[in-house]
Amino acid sequence: MELFEVKSEPLSLEDITKKVERREAGAITTFIGTVREWTKEKRTLYLEYQAYEPMAAKMLAQIGKEAEEKWPGTKMAISHRIGRLEISDIAVLIAVSSPHRKAAYEANEYAIERIKDIVPIWKKEHWESGEEWIGNQKETVPYPSGRPHL
Amino acid sequence: MIKILLFAGLREEAGKSEIEIKADNLSISGLKQQLLETYNSLNLNGAMIAVNEEYATEDTVVKSGDVVAFIPPVSGG
Repeated sequence: MELFEVKSEPLSLEDITKKVERREAGAITTFIGTVREWTKEKRTLYLEYQAYEPMAAKMLAQIGKEAEEKWPGTKMAISHRIGRLEISDIAVLIAVSSPHRKAAYEANEYAIERIKDIVPIWKKEHWESGEEWIGNQKETVPYPSGRPHL
Repeated sequence: MIKILLFAGLREEAGKSEIEIKADNLSISGLKQQLLETYNSLNLNGAMIAVNEEYATEDTVVKSGDVVAFIPPVSGG
């Protein structure tokens, strides 16, 4: 049971929640990142995710380690899906357990922000009007300009 | 031999996901120059670099057998 994984198969919220369940936990927060149909006026038909898989899994694990240092007592699991995803499909799941809820919320949000900075995973938008590899989520830095922070 | 991995837009620009270059004890910037001799349209400027799955810098020196990945701005999540 890998806490941090990149895979092509559909992701299960139940499975990832089980990975962080512990007797000392009083809270589990989960984040579900899904494929959105509309971004401003652009309609997405489907997405394609690609990863540098071994390094991506390592970087996800690094995020978990960072979170444990910042919020001692938290336990994290992250699963990211790659390949072709349809509208509403789950692209990423993050689960965090902790003795108290605040740390679980904060560590969970930290994880998704870090994923968008340092994990070598890319998405290609297939719109009605064309296609493009996206450089970041705000679409302000489409590949190949710009450079995310480490 | 140094193995170079390309992803996302870079992979499409090059038309392949892996390139092997005969080199040893070469800085990343030197490696880039050598790569651009063959793939002159490849835009490597915005890409981060990883050597053997760890982020690296332009002055990192790579040896034969190393795996260098060019990592365009990421967009996971």
